[in-house]
Amino acid sequence: MLKTKEVEFNYDNQMFFKFQNIDLNSNENLLIIGESGVGKTTLMHLLAGLLKSNSGSIKLFDKELNQMSSYQLDSFRKNNIGIVFQRPHFVNSLTVKENLQLAQYIANKNDNTRIESILKNLNIFEKSNKKTNQLSQGEKQRVSIALAIVNSPKLILADEPTSSLDDNNCSKVIKLLKKQATDFGAQLIVITHDSRLKKHFKKSIEL
Amino acid sequence: MNIFKLSIKNIFNKPLSSSISLALLVLGVGIISLLLQLNTLIKDQMDNNLRGIDMVVGAKGSPLQLILSSVYHIDSPTGNISLAEAETISNNRMVGSSIKILYGDNYKGFRIVGAEKKFIELYKGVIKEGKDWDNPYEVLVGSKVYEKLKINLGDELISSHGLRETGQSHDEGTFKVVGLLKPSNSVIDQLIITSPQSVWDIHETHDHDEHENEHEHEHDNREITAIKFKSPMNIIQFPRQINENTNLQAAVPSYEISRLFKLFGFGIETLSYLAYLIIIVSGFSLFINLFNSMRERKYEMALIRTLGASRFQLSTMIIFESLVLTISGFILGLLFSRFGVMFVSSLMEESINYNLNSLKILNEEYWLLGLSVLIGVVSSLIPAIQVYKMNISKILADA
Repeated sequence: MLKTKEVEFNYDNQMFFKFQNIDLNSNENLLIIGESGVGKTTLMHLLAGLLKSNSGSIKLFDKELNQMSSYQLDSFRKNNIGIVFQRPHFVNSLTVKENLQLAQYIANKNDNTRIESILKNLNIFEKSNKKTNQLSQGEKQRVSIALAIVNSPKLILADEPTSSLDDNNCSKVIKLLKKQATDFGAQLIVITHDSRLKKHFKKSIEL
Repeated sequence: MNIFKLSIKNIFNKPLSSSISLALLVLGVGIISLLLQLNTLIKDQMDNNLRGIDMVVGAKGSPLQLILSSVYHIDSPTGNISLAEAETISNNRMVGSSIKILYGDNYKGFRIVGAEKKFIELYKGVIKEGKDWDNPYEVLVGSKVYEKLKINLGDELISSHGLRETGQSHDEGTFKVVGLLKPSNSVIDQLIITSPQSVWDIHETHDHDEHENEHEHEHDNREITAIKFKSPMNIIQFPRQINENTNLQAAVPSYEISRLFKLFGFGIETLSYLAYLIIIVSGFSLFINLFNSMRERKYEMALIRTLGASRFQLSTMIIFESLVLTISGFILGLLFSRFGVMFVSSLMEESINYNLNSLKILNEEYWLLGLSVLIGVVSSLIPAIQVYKMNISKILADA
């Protein structure tokens, strides 16, 4: 399902990253672990099609990302990938529900029952009509998970979802992510420096 | 949810900065549209009441005053000329037709004009109720006068001397209302019209009673004549002859009115430059707003992109935000100018019994719409291009 080969990336000829090959089958989750500065975020952006590698190949769901135009990448992303960011981002002028509706609109979907069931599953249904800046940190994280899964992606990419959490919350969040991925039939790739997550994943690679 | 709705939500999320740009634009568009409306309405009124009058002859004085008083009935007359002199001029072979009018009295601020019957024909006056006057002291009343003063057929009007309400009243002279005129959208709507004989009669007794020294007044006490030419070729020559060879004054309405508008024009032009400046400033303020909010919202733009929106969709959102503001600014500006016209009209009606009523959209206002749209597009262009070129990976990595 994901196969990378000899992926290289450099920022303005200053920072140079060469990533090890990844080979992930369908129905597998993956933990990518590494210290700061080894290019974790860069790799995640490459996998999400937000960046293009200088050389090598990234094959995701049998599509070669390096051969796609920026427009094709946008469209591939909205149909296949959900992203959970380290720090949650939202459209501040919209409510929780409207944020999810916007995500659906962008993917040409319109399904309020799915929004409701996701919010209920994440235990934040009663916050539907709240503006996102009225939410607590934990609620924000749940909404950002909801945003990542609302369009039924086949792959969820999570960037440092637990780095700022204590042990208790860390294990809660990772369990939640895994549950959501299973519930909605998606694979999960977590990129982190947080070694506490190792025990939650069968398959992991170190950068 | 869609991009357009999102734009509107974004505007309402920042009500303060949005409303400043909006207020500036409303002010700019409003002032220009108000000036355009007033200019057009006043010009229309002036042209409408001119009715092809090529020349006016009256007593010496300011030619503009002569025109304003005898054609538009808004200024005091320059004085009186004798009937005999007026007859000589109207019998001149260069004169096509002429109408003599006399002033003397008013009824509660509305002027009583003594005139020949063709005066009413000139303004296409039609009698709604009652009949034409047959005898002295019988009057026809214009539509605004009877509506405002609630005058009915058969009422008796006690006039006061002069053209203002405060003049002394003629106890001897009561006018009888014999006819009411239909609204004609011209000056006769605000006049009370009677035969010249009535005006002469009432002032004859009045003068004998109180001013014994005014022997020179025969029965041509007050008289101003409006004369229509046969041929426009004479417009230049004939008034000059009158002005040079007699102690009368001849004035050409079209010339005086264009002179008046030139005087106005300078002020109007200055004010509209100021208004255009305000519109440009509103464009700048809009640009600064969008630029700042774009920086504040860079994470949310990056988010929208990662959700799969294209660069083009995001840029469209920025341009929409700007256009929603400028187009609503245009609409509010037009409303503002309409209220302005109503206000000025009510002021004018109070002071000179003129009113201006038109709510139609002028061609120049369509240009203003174009200008507003242009301002909207131009001020959002740089922010939209920046959003288009945004490096989402970099923004997200910096977070």
